[in-house]
Amino acid sequence: MSTPFYVSPQQAMADRAEYARKGIARGRSLVVMQYADGIVFVGENPSRALHKFSEIYDRIGFAAAGKYNEYENLRIGGVRYADLRGYTYDRDDVTARGLANVYAQTLGTIFSSAAEKPYEVELVVAEVGETPEGDQIYRLPHDGSIVDEHGSVAVGGNAEPVSSFLEQRHRDGMTLVEALKLAVQALSRDTNGSEREIPADRLEVAVLDRTRPQQRKFKRIVGRQLARLLEGDGTAASEAEEETSGGSGDSGDSGSSGAEK
Amino acid sequence: MDFLAEHQPELLPGKRQLPAQGVIEAPHGTTIVAATFPGGVVLAGDRRATMGNLISQRDMEKVFPADEYSAVGIAGTAGLAVEMVKLFQLELEHFEKVEGVQLSLEGKANRLSTMIRSNLGMAMQGLAVVPLFAGYDLDREKGRIFSYDVTGGRFEERAFAATGSGSLFARGAMKKLFREDLSEEQATTLVVQALYDAADDDSATGGPDVARRIYPLVTVITEEGCRRLTDGESSEIARAVLERRLEQPDGPSAALL
Repeated sequence: MSTPFYVSPQQAMADRAEYARKGIARGRSLVVMQYADGIVFVGENPSRALHKFSEIYDRIGFAAAGKYNEYENLRIGGVRYADLRGYTYDRDDVTARGLANVYAQTLGTIFSSAAEKPYEVELVVAEVGETPEGDQIYRLPHDGSIVDEHGSVAVGGNAEPVSSFLEQRHRDGMTLVEALKLAVQALSRDTNGSEREIPADRLEVAVLDRTRPQQRKFKRIVGRQLARLLEGDGTAASEAEEETSGGSGDSGDSGSSGAEK
Repeated sequence: MDFLAEHQPELLPGKRQLPAQGVIEAPHGTTIVAATFPGGVVLAGDRRATMGNLISQRDMEKVFPADEYSAVGIAGTAGLAVEMVKLFQLELEHFEKVEGVQLSLEGKANRLSTMIRSNLGMAMQGLAVVPLFAGYDLDREKGRIFSYDVTGGRFEERAFAATGSGSLFARGAMKKLFREDLSEEQATTLVVQALYDAADDDSATGGPDVARRIYPLVTVITEEGCRRLTDGESSEIARAVLERRLEQPDGPSAALL
């Protein structure tokens, strides 16, 4: 019988972290940032069916980079957690902080359990408040730690240059059009500094809009509305924004279903 | 629901220990009516809850939006019914978030049917819940109504429906007043008329309360989604009905032949 090679715990952990990071880096990056009326999620996603962003609860949205089946698992877990919480207590008792803690526990346990391979995902949990000061954005890397972010955050493959680009240019109180344009600009920068064009139909965009009259603030921005926002200059900006907040009757609460129709 | 059953079964309505023999006095909701019109459906309920021969609440809400395109009105034991609606709403929302699409209207109606059936034990003890479900079918592009019985039987109604203690009178009124080509305003007036007739002949159904400004709750569901009439709008309809009834206490009369 052969004895297994000794691997120091430090080395084992470093290997696992390396493995997870490489997995995440293969995916495209995505951006979550605050704007005047809420939080916007922007990412490049050629697929119409496999979403990177989704609604968790009334004010809480979810974004993930990495392996689809793994983060989909976590997303459904999060929806269950939130719905069960809200049903048992009250809708107000479901918070992003609570949810981020649950995700951190899950990711942390999986990361350090030797029997399982670590999840190759990086999550963002965001909650829109009544005012911009009440907005919360948490980033959850693969190892189960929680980072409290402000303003803007980027995760995924090219995350570091994208987030430093955003950090320099993001300011509080941007309009949706400004925020969207900045995010797209950040995402179109390649690692070597050159820029490439991302067409609107390859973008996945969603917002948590605090001005929405409905209880559920999450809304996907698709099709014509997205194209209009991307073209929008200063004047069209306010119009388009009204469209997002007020004209939500058509797709209504069915944020996610609206995307498919 | 399955997840709930697995993890916290005590939260589900059907899993409770039944109370020992004996009648429980609990508030009951009374009359719910619904009618279709080209382009949608209206669902309305009176505001009274009774406990035996007492009025336990004057301004109870018995019509709830289930999701964007459907609403449910409840008659029967108020506590159980409100909980059932809450769970129903949760389930529709949960399905939508997990699957990314809404349940079909048929699917929603079937789900509610199962929930009513799980309450059969309680219903045998006198704590029945009999809702009325109405929604806009996006595929067929029309409003549809589903009525239920205590055993969970599900019946689709073609034009109008009523449930609760005053339903006999409300149904009679709608039978005489309903037409296929009602406009949205006419349909809302129709259901308020029907509720008035129910309140007229059934002691457990509340009529419009002008002194306290409590008027029936009316919900309109169309292609644009589910919308509850504001207090102002429903008071306007109720007052118009009341005004005419001062001259004709039995309401509009239909042609004899």
